[in-house]
Formats: sequence, C-alpha cells, structure tokens
Amino acid sequence: MSEAAQLHMDRRSFLRLAAMAGGGLVLGHYARAADGAQIASAGVERVDGVFIPNAFIRIAPDGSVTVFSARPEVGQGIKTSLPMVVAEELGADWHSVTVVSAPLDAAFGPQSAGGSTSTPTSYMEMRRMGAAARTMLVEAAAQTWGVPADECIAADGAVRHVTSGRTLKFGDLVARASTLPVPDLHSVKLKDPKDFTLLGSRIGGVDNAKIVTGQPLFGIDQKRPGMAYAVYQKAPVWGSRPLKANLEHIKTLPGVRDAFIIDRTVPEGQLIGLVPGVAIVADSTWAAFSARRELDVQWEEGRFAKSSWDDYARQATEISKAAPGSPKVEETRRDGDVDQAFAGAAHVVEASYSYPFISHANLEPQNCLAHVQGDKVEIWAPTQNPDNARGLAAQVLGTAPENVRVNITRIGGGFGRRLRSDPVGEAVAISQKAGIPIKLTWDRTDDLQHDHFRPGGFHFLKGAVDAKGALSAWRSHHVSFGSNLGADDYPARFVPNYLLLNTRLDNGVPQGPWRAPGSCTYAWMICSFLDELAHAAGRDPVEFNLSVLGDKDLVAGTGKNGRPYNAARMRNVVRQVAEKSGWGKEMARGKGMGLGYYFSHQGYIAEVAEVTVSPKGVLSIDRVVAAVDVGSQIVNLSGAENQVQGSIIDGISAAWRQELDISQGRVVQSNLHEYPLLRIPDAPRAIEIHFLKTDYPPTGLGEPALPPIAPAVCNAVFAATGKRIRQLPMTRTDLSWS
Amino acid sequence: MSKITLQVNGRSYDVDAAPETPLLWVLRDQLDLLGTKFGCGIGQCGACIVHVNGAPARACLTTVSEAVSAKITTIEGLSRDGSHPLQKAWCELDVAQCGYCQTGQIMSAAALLASNPHPSDSDIDDAMAGNICRCATYYRIRAAIHRAAEIAAGARGAGA
Repeated sequence: MSEAAQLHMDRRSFLRLAAMAGGGLVLGHYARAADGAQIASAGVERVDGVFIPNAFIRIAPDGSVTVFSARPEVGQGIKTSLPMVVAEELGADWHSVTVVSAPLDAAFGPQSAGGSTSTPTSYMEMRRMGAAARTMLVEAAAQTWGVPADECIAADGAVRHVTSGRTLKFGDLVARASTLPVPDLHSVKLKDPKDFTLLGSRIGGVDNAKIVTGQPLFGIDQKRPGMAYAVYQKAPVWGSRPLKANLEHIKTLPGVRDAFIIDRTVPEGQLIGLVPGVAIVADSTWAAFSARRELDVQWEEGRFAKSSWDDYARQATEISKAAPGSPKVEETRRDGDVDQAFAGAAHVVEASYSYPFISHANLEPQNCLAHVQGDKVEIWAPTQNPDNARGLAAQVLGTAPENVRVNITRIGGGFGRRLRSDPVGEAVAISQKAGIPIKLTWDRTDDLQHDHFRPGGFHFLKGAVDAKGALSAWRSHHVSFGSNLGADDYPARFVPNYLLLNTRLDNGVPQGPWRAPGSCTYAWMICSFLDELAHAAGRDPVEFNLSVLGDKDLVAGTGKNGRPYNAARMRNVVRQVAEKSGWGKEMARGKGMGLGYYFSHQGYIAEVAEVTVSPKGVLSIDRVVAAVDVGSQIVNLSGAENQVQGSIIDGISAAWRQELDISQGRVVQSNLHEYPLLRIPDAPRAIEIHFLKTDYPPTGLGEPALPPIAPAVCNAVFAATGKRIRQLPMTRTDLSWS
Repeated sequence: MSKITLQVNGRSYDVDAAPETPLLWVLRDQLDLLGTKFGCGIGQCGACIVHVNGAPARACLTTVSEAVSAKITTIEGLSRDGSHPLQKAWCELDVAQCGYCQTGQIMSAAALLASNPHPSDSDIDDAMAGNICRCATYYRIRAAIHRAAEIAAGARGAGA
C-alpha cells in the first residue's frame, strides 16, 4: 500500500484534507499567483487537533511534522530535498519530520518529475509553505507569552522568545496556531539564506531505511486483494496490429485465466499511448510469462516493416550532400557567410558524427496495477507524469479524469521513460476486460523493444579557424528522427559565420525524452568538434573554448522563444574545472585529459575526464572533475553530489557501449546480454565535484551533469592516442595505438 | 503444480508451484518477500540476488526444485532490523538513487564481506560486477562496502 493510501485509511484527517482539496475549497486550493509562481493558498483547518496550515504540512500535538512530497521520486532525490526546503523555513527538527508521497491531487500543484524542473519550479513555493506555517507558530507563541512576534524565532521544532529564553515546542502551539489567519503567501517573511542550517547539508534519502531492508516501495511491488497478473504482447514492428492469435491454446495453459486481443481504433501510425496487442491474464507472473512463450500471433505489419539503421544512415549521408533550400533540408539559422569564411580560412575541418538509438533501460521494468470498477479506476503506477497517466487511463476507459485515482509509487529509474504512460493504458484496458485488479509486468524484452527511444542521429559538420586561430565559421547539418538542434543551440551566437541545417527522416520508431533530451547527444558532437578545431588551430582546448565563449557576459536569445546564454557562468565553470583538474600537466603517452561543457536544463557545467588507453586500445576512465553552477543554493549536498556522480557514470555508460540496432523495422537486441550497461569495474575510481555558488535561482540536477561527460572522455581519448571518436557507441572506434 | 517446502529466512514455507518455477516469482508473488527484484530474468542484472546456503544466487535462474532443502536468505532476512553493517553503511553514505537494485547489491556485498572482511577496490569490482545499477551509484557502492567493513571490524573489536 502506498504511504498516502495508508494515511488515507489510518487518519480521518487525511480524508478530510483530500476531500476538501479535491473539492476545491479553501484548503490546499491552488491559484496562479500574479508573479507566475504557483502558490497553494492556504487555509486553516483543525482536524483531530492537527495543525494543517496548507496542503503540504501537518503538525500533530506531539510535535511530529508530516510533509507531503508532491513530486514522483525516480532517484533524483526530490522526496528528500523539497521537504528539506519546507522544514528549513518551518524551523522543524528534521528528525521529527516524516515525508509522505502525495497522491495525484490538484491541492499539490504541479506533480510531474521531468526536465529537471521540480527544484526551479517548487523551491520558492516550498519555502513559502514552510514560512507561512512558521509565522503562525511564532505568532501563537508570541500571543501565549504576550510578547511581540519579532522577538521570537523558530528552530529545531520549537519557538524561542529571544529576550527571555522561554521556549514552546511546536506541538504545544498547534491548538492556538490553528485558530490564526494564514499569512499571505506572497508577502510572508522568508528566512535569510545565510541563516539556513538544513539546506546545503548532507541528508540521507528519506526512504533509505526501507530501501536497504527491501520494503515494497515500487510500482512492481504493489498488490491488491483478488489481483491477477498480466502480460501484454505488442508487435515487434511498431505500429502493427494483431490479426489473430492462438488464444484458445493459451487459455488451456497452467494458471492462465484469460487471453484476448486489445485492438482499439487508434490513428494509423500512433506509436504512443495504448497500442494494439495481446493480453494474457494469469494467477502469477510466472504463469503469464510461461504462457506467453507459447503465444503465436499473426501481425499486420505497417509501412516501416523493412526499415533499418543502415538504411537510415544511407539516407542521412545522401541528404547531407543537398544544398540549403533543397527539399527536406530546413535552414534553421544563418549568420554571416559561411562559404566566404571557409574560402578565407587558415584551417578547415570536416567531420561527420553519428549516434544510435538507445533505451532508458529502467531497471524496474514498466508496470502498472489497475483496478477498474465500472466507470472508475484506481491505479498504482511508477509514473513520472501522473497527470498524463490519469489522462490516458480516462481515455482508455472512456470516463472523466476525476474518475481516475492515481497512487504514485517510488520509481525504479525514470530517465524520462516514465513521462509516458503506455503501461498504464494497457493495465487499465486489461483490468476493464478482466473485471478484477490487474498487475501488468513487462519483461526486459518488452522494455528494450517497446521503449520510447532516445533518437539516434547524424551530424555533418564543417568548421574553420582563421589565421589568428579564432573560430570563424561553423556549418552544421543535423539529420535525426524526432527533434533537431535549435536555432540557439551552442555554439550559435558565438561564431560570426554560422549555418544550421536540419533534416528529419521519415521513420516509424517510437521516441521520447531520455535524460537531458537533445543535450545528451548534442554536447558530445559540439564539444568534440570544437576540440577538433582547437587542435587544428594549434591551441590548447581550454584556452580555445574560453575564447569561443567570448567576453560578453550575457548573450541574448534569438527571437521570441530564444534563450539567453550566460557566457560568464560558463567561462567560470570551465576555468574552475581546468584549475581543479590540473589541466595542462604533462602526461605520458596513452594518458590524456579532455574537456566537455554544456548549458543544459538551466545548469552550467564543465567536466574534465582523465583517461588511460592501453596500446591495445583498452580504455580506463581514471578520474573525472566537475565544476557545477546550478545557482545560489544546493538543497541537499548528498543528493546533489549523488546526481552528479550518477550522471557522469550514466553518461559514460550510454556513450561507451549502448546501442540498439534496428533491422526489419524492429529492435534487434532482446535483453541486457546484448545491451551492456556499465558495470562497477568500469566506473571511474575518482570523481571530484565543485559547486560554484552564484547569484541565480537554484535549478535542478537530474540531468545537466550528464551531457558534458561524453565529449570530455572522447576528447581525453584523443589527447591520449590521437584517435578521434566520431561515432557512438565508442566501441565502434579502434583505440589501439603504437 | 507440486507441494514444495522452502526454508526462507529461518522460516519454513509450503508453496504450490511447478518445479521449474524460478525462486524469484515464488518469493515475490507467493511469499510477499518483495525485496528481491525482477530486472532482466536472465541473470544479467543481479537485482534478484539472494543467498542459497550462504552463497549468492540469482533467484531468476534458481528453480524452486533446486532451492528445496537449501537455506535461503533474502534481503528481508539479512538482518532483523536493518542493522547489518552493509545496511548501516548504505544509509550512512546515502548510496541509493532510485534504490531498485540496492537489495541485490547488498546481498552480493554481504557474500563478499563474509569471505573477505577487508576487500580492496579490485576485490569489490570483481565481486560486484554481476550487479547493475542503472542510476550508476557505483562510486558510493565502493565506498559503502569499505565503510561496512570498518563498521563490522569495529563491532568485532568491541565484542572481543
């Protein structure tokens, strides 16, 4: 049972809270503030003596504090960090705080976990929630003592009258605080960050004790009375429909309760949401898995049944020869005159880069527990995007969204995959037909072959440096499957002569966001090619890249959707990482250092990798140094460092060996033996992280530390061996040297 | 289906299962021991590692018929109250991100420490290479195993 559900049953107060919030009454009602921030306008409600200043906080008469965590926890640490923000402003004793995952409810405002947006969106909001409650507790104490409120401070779960030294614990103030008006959340007095005691410290994850003892926290661990287990077979070729299947035979197999085809009318070519397939419902997961091995389905395959990676690569090379203005070649940006600059250049470099489709490979396979009863459904799902899950569930069931109750479980890895809700749609459709609660579990093959993949792509580059060694021209043609480079993507605005062409190949591959979408591949190509140009110019890569970043501090975005680029922040992290890594030191042949840096998800991050490549070409990544600017406040230092460490190793894992081959319109790889994720022996032994504290609002860390690492490693390999890696995975390039 | 008796975490369980059923699914679906995780089903990821007669075994590849009469320990039985040095070290160093693989990691590490109380980085890399952490918390896993070795040594020292 989820924590919220537990509370739901255990405490009338939560029922009351949820009912009022859901009903849009005073308590927990969300309003869009004039400044654009979403603020829960709080109301006071006394329930069983519990002080509930707003939807996120409850304080019991025994002084225990409950903080609701609205955002799904995928491993990014948000279930610990945002409640820390509340507790800091509240003046709570962290040890008396219990964090509870909130169910999907409008009372909690935005509840998705994606794009590293939770911290920037909710940081100030959570501060105001905590501050409002603290203000009320302080006022209650001041009234009790008959002293001015500004003579009192809240800390460690108590209010203290500074001049007399008297204290009252929060629990003793609950009754009086509950009678007080809620302060205006816009003007509520916030703490001075220099007085923070909790934020910036290292705090362990709130679920750690449950994780290390194997408690059932995850979606796949959920159970309901009367539940059956299901699998769902989709066509190996995306977009295909089942024509017939040996359902009668399947139904005779041990433990099988039912088997049926689900083929709702979906728009042709629809690859996301509920897609057609065959369901098997059984008494156990293993009975369903076993029966599936005997399933024989005849599929009607769509128009992409012959597509292959090799053919996509051939098309990309072909289109790369086309001139700007040709069909399928979109001119996204043009500055100056690249052709003229190439003609007058001292050095011109041309290179083509490519990177494959890869999977999210969440270690917890996709799953969902759904219980349909009439036109209502309750789901338990490891979803990063509960609102989207509710929408798909409602659509599949043909019901209103308010008939869908979503319980958000802990998530065994997100990385963007679980922003999409396809397993939820499948589980709802199966439960509807079966008439009982159903737990759908994908196997690893489903997960690898029916991912919404990180798109592969091809990038054809031509760059030039002038006689002074300055970057003078950049021509780029990006050929991909979904989204392409944007008009403001680096190094646009930093090169006087710049041309960006984009092509999207017609394809039938389901695609979706993968940790630091776009940036996770663009950074590799761009920083690798900048490294090529630095060497062509005969300049040190750090010095060359600093010169490319120029001397303007803030470079304005282009057009109305353009994004400003803070070149000063980037130069600072590049300088910092160079200094801390010992950049420029003498290294033996076969050893090298490389730089990667990128602005991604509002973070400015530079990384240096130090590698050893044996003469036979065996790579070892010995040390990584990161300089990170995500603004004025690191919320949880332990969590922040964990994200950077993990992003670095994840980025290495993706770049080094991960690749999905597409042939005959389907993914060739079937399980992890063919899709090697990085294991502990290949993880760097040393990772050093330096956070730069700057005067900017705090931003997220789930993604931005990943993009710079692949180019840092590849550029280090070049420094060590002279071998330039222009294809991912890196294993495609022979790194041996003599 | 056949009646099978399993010894798990010091308790005896009678279960109804076909002999070739992987231990993993009996633990999860029938015994409600959900700390043993499903990741790949082919012995690649290590999320399902349990101890069979003290040795690490992949519950997805171990059939219930092979497990009969063996002493099986799952994460739920590693300690009564989360007090195993590895569990303490994992919390102290805040190893987990999503946490899904960590029970399997801890079970592998427990087998390592049982045979090698002071492993080097290389020993750790060798013993833990069968466990994938998709969040890539490897840096902290290494540190936490060293820390657990210290905690265990301290406990032995205090007990002596």
